[in-house]
Amino acid sequence: MRVSKRASGAIALGAAFALVASGCSSSDDGGDAGNSADGAITVDGTEPENPLVPANTTETGGGKIIDWMWTGLVEYPNDGGAPRNALAESIETADSKVYKIKIKQDTKFHDGTVVKAKNFVDAWNWGAHSPNGAQNSSFFADIQGFEDVNTSDPDGADGPQKAPEPKAKEMSGLKVVDDWNFEVTLTAPTAVFPTKLGYSTFMPLPDAFFAGKAEDFGKKPIGNGPVKFVSWENNVSIKLTRFDDYQLRDKMKIKDVNVKISQDDTAVYSELVSNNIDFQQQVPVSALAGDKWKQDLGERAVSSVAPVTGIIAFPIYDKRFTDPKLRRAVSLSINRQEITDKIFFGNRKPADSWANPLAPGAAPGNCTACQFQVDEAKKLLAEAGGFSGEMVFYYNADASHKEWMEAVAQQVKTNLGINARAEGVPTFAVFRQNINAHKMKGPYRAGWQQDYPDVENWVNPLYVTGGSSNDGLYTNKQVDALAKEAGAAPSLDASHAKFAEAVKLIDADAPSIPVYFSGQQSGHSEKIKKMELTNVGELDITTVEL
Amino acid sequence: MGRYLLRRLLQLVPVFIGTTFLIYWLVWSVPGDPFAGKCGDRRCPDTYINFMTEKYQLDQSIWVQYATYMKNLFQGDFGVTYNNRAVGDIIATAYPNTLKLAVVALAIEAIIGLSAGVLTGLRRNGFLDNLVLVSTLFLIALPVFVIGFILQWLLGVKWGIVDPTVSSEMRFSELLLPGFVLGSASMAYVARVARTSIAENRRADYVRTAIAKGLPMRRVVGVHLLRNSLIPVVTLLGTDLGALMGGAIVTEGIFSINGIGRAVLRAIVTKESATVVSIVVVLVLVYLLMNLLVDLLYAALDPRIRYE
Repeated sequence: MRVSKRASGAIALGAAFALVASGCSSSDDGGDAGNSADGAITVDGTEPENPLVPANTTETGGGKIIDWMWTGLVEYPNDGGAPRNALAESIETADSKVYKIKIKQDTKFHDGTVVKAKNFVDAWNWGAHSPNGAQNSSFFADIQGFEDVNTSDPDGADGPQKAPEPKAKEMSGLKVVDDWNFEVTLTAPTAVFPTKLGYSTFMPLPDAFFAGKAEDFGKKPIGNGPVKFVSWENNVSIKLTRFDDYQLRDKMKIKDVNVKISQDDTAVYSELVSNNIDFQQQVPVSALAGDKWKQDLGERAVSSVAPVTGIIAFPIYDKRFTDPKLRRAVSLSINRQEITDKIFFGNRKPADSWANPLAPGAAPGNCTACQFQVDEAKKLLAEAGGFSGEMVFYYNADASHKEWMEAVAQQVKTNLGINARAEGVPTFAVFRQNINAHKMKGPYRAGWQQDYPDVENWVNPLYVTGGSSNDGLYTNKQVDALAKEAGAAPSLDASHAKFAEAVKLIDADAPSIPVYFSGQQSGHSEKIKKMELTNVGELDITTVEL
Repeated sequence: MGRYLLRRLLQLVPVFIGTTFLIYWLVWSVPGDPFAGKCGDRRCPDTYINFMTEKYQLDQSIWVQYATYMKNLFQGDFGVTYNNRAVGDIIATAYPNTLKLAVVALAIEAIIGLSAGVLTGLRRNGFLDNLVLVSTLFLIALPVFVIGFILQWLLGVKWGIVDPTVSSEMRFSELLLPGFVLGSASMAYVARVARTSIAENRRADYVRTAIAKGLPMRRVVGVHLLRNSLIPVVTLLGTDLGALMGGAIVTEGIFSINGIGRAVLRAIVTKESATVVSIVVVLVLVYLLMNLLVDLLYAALDPRIRYE
């Protein structure tokens, strides 16, 4: 239903008058249950880059749909804290190596079939099996028998040789006990494993998935979450509707969710301001200057912190950057406050810790290398023997990184006297290819969004030798040892204590430079009376009330 | 006439093959592995990159890729995008939208531009002439996106007269504003070309003869003057349909229209050769056929032009 703009404008004006007259605010009193029950919202989205299969989606356009359509074993609270059981009845372990997982009985997939233990085991085996080419296959590397199902290419993706056919199709560490119980054996003790299980890669898949082709399933996905799939029209919209058989905690309060696919965020913003769309996750940069978005949206503006850190990484494989003193000197010479104030208008915060401060186990302010101390920086640079030649800071020029990267280079130049400048690489694809191939010739822009809330996610992938995103090839045996001990720790608390020690060593070595914590500036329409954002800043559609 | 038409149609074949290959080669030579950046700031597993590279035959030489693409094209298969949607479907939904927008823009520019041109051409140096002169200067000077954003903000957001963006139903009334924006610059050119052409022909011998033999003014202008003055305008309008369709990227972005501009932009960014080439192929065909149509129209308008 679309009301003509003039008519709805008049209604809004009337409503605004009524509010002023009665002297109450609309923000906290929640929605009207009657309005909500059959209500529909239209939210902003982008075209998914891959067929909608959980283990094969890493970008936000499709990731959001997957997150809404599936419920995993555990869920992450919206406040960013420790995970709690969702579909899991219990997850038990004696040694952090063998996990006994019991799932809630008789919950259903959207096609009516029951979610059983084997749906998890089969889904994980599919995701790990290398011929299936899933983007998230490395998430299963903890599980025993992963090497047998996932073979790596002997000469990398660019080389002429092909990966050998894997020996097995199923990981030996996964065992179905009965319909509601299964057992997972890991290669090494990993205390954080249950926390990982809320990430979309670990979602169950219905039998229908295994009957056909994954890419066909991805056109009409069947999940087990609070909303089910209705239709996907290319580049136009994805329609979802409430799954009435859903039995878990987070039931939908409204009925339909229509994801309107668009490419231009300023167009979406115009729709948001005029109440033609109900939610935009990130308002465009043009609306941020001078806090224009707050004036435009008033109470409909939602400011939040996203668990994303903007980082500059060092190519430690380059001999010029092996000295930790030099790296620390560069880090200490950057005035982060000035960058976030002047370039991001205060919408991002200066980074002062290695992990996102909200993640369990993280310690706010533990990044001493993130301080702004020019004298100390100069001293360290002198101790390191100075830096000869040009220090080039690289970024991908197809996104808005130019300004802040140039500011960083300028500060390094002014404060340390190093001949520094920033240079854009035309596209992200080329940029990423060079990073993968370890061909970067200077510090480069990186970023990290946590996959699951735990300090482990900010250490192991980034700073442990062989970590999946340790692209700068940083290696410190003590950090590796501590991370290993942290994994084997009997409890999460003990594990966090070990990680804290590891982070201290990382802080001294400064293998990368955390620069800012991302903020998110969203907005919703007048129609939405109540809503929350998830821990990664997506709209939590189950909290929406009209 | 028949031979001329046949010759023109046959000429389309090499142009068609040449342009498709050129575009295929251009997209192919855009640097960067299309799958390397797919996993954000995390590195994609090699197994994923290999799987996709093999599936889309990107490990083959450009000749093999192009030959396979053309072979499938002649069987009516436009290929699939990296998210496994049929390119044919994308074209089928996006093309009509862009075409609708371009036709609305063309109609607006023809109606407004032509009437402004004829009126000012007949009464030169009056108030109306100066007004049109200034306003067309204004339209030509402003880039399309400035006009688009200003009108969208004023009419859509500030005054709320229209929806700021176009809904997926693409109703005609919603397309008036984007159509005006898209056609604005060409509208100014049409007005100016029509004005000059009319003003020039007004002093031509055949017009003087027509007036002298006592024809009513309406007939002199409507039949004798207009028909001869239309040739440059028709050329402009005819080639403009193709240009409007190709140039709609900006307008489609501003008004969130699901057209080919958006589809092709997305495909270029993700290096999807099949999508880019398929969309452009259809665009090239429109261009070529419109040009042919314009040439044929000349003969209809000007009795001095004959094709053999």
